[in-house]
Amino acid sequence: MSASHKALCRYRRLTFVAALLFITSFAVAPSSAQDKQSSPEIGHPGGRITVTLRTDPKTLNPILAVDTTSREVIGTMQADLIHINRQTQRTEPALASSWKVSSDGRKYTLQLRRDVKFSDGVPFTADDVVFTFQLYLDEALSSPQRDLLIIDDKPIAVRKIDNYTVEFDLTKPYGPGERIFDSLAILPRHLLEAAYRDHKLGEVWGVNAKPEEIAGLGPFRLKSYIAGQQLLLERNPNYWRKDSSGTTLPYLNELLFTVVANEDAQVIKFKSGETQILERVGADNFNLLQKENLSKSQCLYDVGPGLEFVFLLLNMNSLDATKHADIAAKQPWFRDLKFREAVSLAMDRKGMVRLVYGGRATPIWGNVSPGNKLWLSANIQHPDRSIDQAKALLKSDGFSWDANGMLLDQQKHPVTFTVIVSSSNAQRTKIATISQDDLKQLGIDVKVVPLEFRALVDRVMNTHDYDAVLMNLVNGDVDPTPEMGLWRSAGEMHLWNIGEKSPATPWEAELDKLMESQMTTTNYTTRKQLYDRVQEIVAENLPLVFLLSPDILVGVQSTVGNFRPGILDPYALWNVDEQFLRPTGAACR
Amino acid sequence: MSARAKRNALLSLFIALHLVVIFPGFFSTQGYGEQDRDVPFSPPTRLHFVRPDGHFSFRPFVYGWNQAALDTGTYEVDRSQIYPIHFLTAGSPYAIVKGITARTHLLGVEKPGRLFLFGTDDFGRDEFSRMLYGGRISILAGWIGAAIALFTGALVGLIAGYSGRRVDSVTMRLVELFMALPWLYLLFAVRAILPLRIETTDTFILLIAVVGIIGWARPARLVRSMVLSAKERNFVLAARAMGASNFHILRKHILPQVLALLLTMAAYLIPQFILAEVTLSFLGLGIGEPVPSWGTLLAELQKYNVLVNYWWMYAPAIALVALFLIYHWASSMIQQKVGVPLT
Repeated sequence: MSASHKALCRYRRLTFVAALLFITSFAVAPSSAQDKQSSPEIGHPGGRITVTLRTDPKTLNPILAVDTTSREVIGTMQADLIHINRQTQRTEPALASSWKVSSDGRKYTLQLRRDVKFSDGVPFTADDVVFTFQLYLDEALSSPQRDLLIIDDKPIAVRKIDNYTVEFDLTKPYGPGERIFDSLAILPRHLLEAAYRDHKLGEVWGVNAKPEEIAGLGPFRLKSYIAGQQLLLERNPNYWRKDSSGTTLPYLNELLFTVVANEDAQVIKFKSGETQILERVGADNFNLLQKENLSKSQCLYDVGPGLEFVFLLLNMNSLDATKHADIAAKQPWFRDLKFREAVSLAMDRKGMVRLVYGGRATPIWGNVSPGNKLWLSANIQHPDRSIDQAKALLKSDGFSWDANGMLLDQQKHPVTFTVIVSSSNAQRTKIATISQDDLKQLGIDVKVVPLEFRALVDRVMNTHDYDAVLMNLVNGDVDPTPEMGLWRSAGEMHLWNIGEKSPATPWEAELDKLMESQMTTTNYTTRKQLYDRVQEIVAENLPLVFLLSPDILVGVQSTVGNFRPGILDPYALWNVDEQFLRPTGAACR
Repeated sequence: MSARAKRNALLSLFIALHLVVIFPGFFSTQGYGEQDRDVPFSPPTRLHFVRPDGHFSFRPFVYGWNQAALDTGTYEVDRSQIYPIHFLTAGSPYAIVKGITARTHLLGVEKPGRLFLFGTDDFGRDEFSRMLYGGRISILAGWIGAAIALFTGALVGLIAGYSGRRVDSVTMRLVELFMALPWLYLLFAVRAILPLRIETTDTFILLIAVVGIIGWARPARLVRSMVLSAKERNFVLAARAMGASNFHILRKHILPQVLALLLTMAAYLIPQFILAEVTLSFLGLGIGEPVPSWGTLLAELQKYNVLVNYWWMYAPAIALVALFLIYHWASSMIQQKVGVPLT
C-alpha cells in the first residue's frame, strides 16, 4: 500500500468516524428547533423507488464499508440497536426497544426486541449483538467503526445478560451517550461465524455475494446486482417495524439503486421521472430544476446548511527546513494570527455563496454549521468583509506594499503562495478562484493549483508539501465528539499542525482540555459550555479560515410519500422503510 | 470573386484575426480576470442607436441593469440609465508586451455602466475579453506546438530519408513508436510529476512542448518520403556526380522542395495543435485560472445548467470553428499553389 493510499484510507476513515459519532445528552435530550416532527403518513404497500448512486458500492459488508455509497446501500439492508432520527437529530429505539444508563454513566443495559427475525427467517437474539461487537472490535479486521468503540484507549465491553438483554461497559462516562450505537449494523451470527472463525470475514458479503448469503435486519434485502449498472433490493418480509395501523413496513416492494457517474446525467434522469430520489445535487442543478419544474411533479427541498464546512487552511506544520525551505519561509506569515485575520477579513463569503452556490449555502466564521442548532455558539463574531480593515491589520503588523501594490512582509519579501484544491470538485475550484481574487486585493499573489483528490490528501496528511489548501470536512453527527481528532493537538486530523508532540500554543492546550472534558461529561449544558469555548477559541485563533457551509439539497418525485430529508447522512433514505408511492403526485411540503 | 480577390480577402481576414488575438488588451473591454460579482452570467449587453425618446444617436449606447432586479438574480434593462460607448478610451491597464503597459481600449463605457459584448461567466467576468485573451493562448499553443513538431520532424525526416538504410529504419521504427504513444495519458503523467509551484503559463508551455514533441512523427515520415523521391531525381544525381557535398545537396536541392510541404503542413498542423490545447484545457490539464484559453472557456459548457441556460458561453466554439475554416482554406490554397499532396 502506497503512502498516499494509506493517507487516503486514514482520511476516509476519519471522515467516516466523524460520520458516525453524534451528539447529545443522556436521559434528557435537549430541545431542538428541529423537533417539530410530523407523524408519518399511513402509506400504500407496493411499488419501487429508483435512486441514483454516483459509483458502485464497494462492499455490502458493514464491518468493512468505508465509502459513502456502500454505507448508504448497507443502511437500507441493515439495522442498528439505537437509531438517530435524521429529522429530529434525536435517538430513538431500533432493535433495542429500551435502554437504561447506570448512574455513573458507564453502564448501558439494552433491552432487545423480541420476535425479530433476520431477512432469512432466523430469529435475532443477544448472541448476534455480542458477536457483532466482537467483529467491530476485532483488531485484525480493522473495521472503521473500531475507533468509535474505544473510549480512553479501552474497548467497550459487551456482555449478554439473557437472550434479550445486553450490557455495555464503558470505561468512562461518554458524552454522546447512546448515539454511539447509531449505524452500527447488527449482523447474523449464523451466517458469518464460520467465515469469522476461518479468518475469511473480509471476503464475504462483497458486492458479488449471492442474495441467500446475505441477511440483515433492515427493511430491504439483496435481490440482484449488475456491476456498473444497478443494485436491486427487495422488501424484507421479516422486517420488524410496523406503521401505526399495524401494517408491516417497508411499504415498497423494491428499491433500485442505479449507477450514474455524472451529476448532470443524474439530474436528467430525475427530471424525466426515471428516478424518484435525487440526493447530493449541486446548487446549480438544483436551481435549474426548480426553474424548470413548472408542473410541480417534483419536490425540491433545500434542507438548509448541512454539517459540511469549507475552509482555507494555511500550512503551520513543523517542517523539515532543508526539504521544504520554500514553504518554511512562508510559515512565519501563516503562523501570524494577524495575517490569518487579514486573510479571513478579505474573504468574500457572501460572494462565494451567491456565485458558487446560487445562494444555497451559508457563510461561516467558526467550525459549527448554522444547521447544527443544538451546538452552535451564539458568541461567534461575524465580521463583515473589509479589505481596508485587513490592510490596516497587515500594516500594523509590519507588512507593507511595493509600487505595484504587492504585499511585502517585514523583511520586504513579496507575499505569495499557492492554494491547492481538489480538481474533481468544481465548486471548490470556484471558491479558490474567488479567494484568489480577494487576496489579490490585499496585494497577495495567489496561485491556484487543482490537484487530483488523492494527491491532495497525501500532501495535507503526509508530506505537508503545500502552502495552503482549500478543503472541506463533513461531520456525520451534530455532536462535538467526532471533532476530537481535529481539535486535539495529538489528533490524527489536527490538520494545521499534524503530529504535534505537545500543544504548540496555549490555546491549543486549552482546546485539548476542553475537548477531553466534553467527551467524558454527560450533562448537555456543561458540554455546551465547554464546546462554546472551543468554538470561541477556534474563531479567535483561526487555525482554519472558515468560509461557508453548503445546504443539503435533495429532490424527490411528488409521488413519494413520507419523504423527510435531514441534514445528517443519509439525507434522503434514512426513513426509506416509511416511504411509499402514491398513485398520483401530492403537494410538496 | 476572382481567385486573387478571394486570396486577398482571406489573407486580410487571417491577419486581422491574428492581430486581434495577439493584442487582446486593446480590443478587449476589460482585463480577463476582473470579477464583477454582482453580475454572474449576465447576458450580452445590447448596443442601441435609438434613444428611448425616439432620437437616433450615431454614437451607440447601452442601458444599465435594474439594480433591484439584479439583487434577486434577474437581468432587467433599466432604460433610465444610458451609457454611451466611447472609442479609444482609457480602461483597465494591460501589458502590450511584458513591461509595457497601456490603458487604451478600443471600446468602453463609463462606470457604473457595464459593457459585456458576449455576456459574462459565472464570476461576472467579461466573456468577450476572456475570449480574446483565450485566443492568444490557444493560437500561441498551436503555433509553438506546430513549430516544434515541424522542426523536429523535418530534421529527422531529412536525415532518415537522405542517409537511408540503417539510420532510416531505426528512425522510422522510432517514429512508429511515437505515433503509437497515447499522448493524452502521457500528458496526464507529465502534469502529475510537475512540481506545484510552477507558473501556470510555464506548465502550459511545457505541455504544449510535449504535444509538439510527440507530434513530430507524422511530419518526419512525410519529409522522409519526400526526400527519398527527391534524392533519386536527375538533378540531384547530377549534383552528386559533380562532387557536391551532402550538405550542399540537402540545402540547395532537397530542402527547397520540402519547404513547400512544410508550409502546407504548418497550416494543417496549427489548428490540430490548437485543438490539442483546447482538449487539454477542456479536460482540466491546461492553463490554470484565472488565465483563460478557449479550452477552459469551453470547459464551462460541461456543466448542464450552463449548457442549457447561457447560450453566450458558446462564443469560443464559434470562434474556434471560424479560425479552423480560415486555416483550412489557407492550407488548401498553399497546397494548390505548391501542388504537394498532404497525406
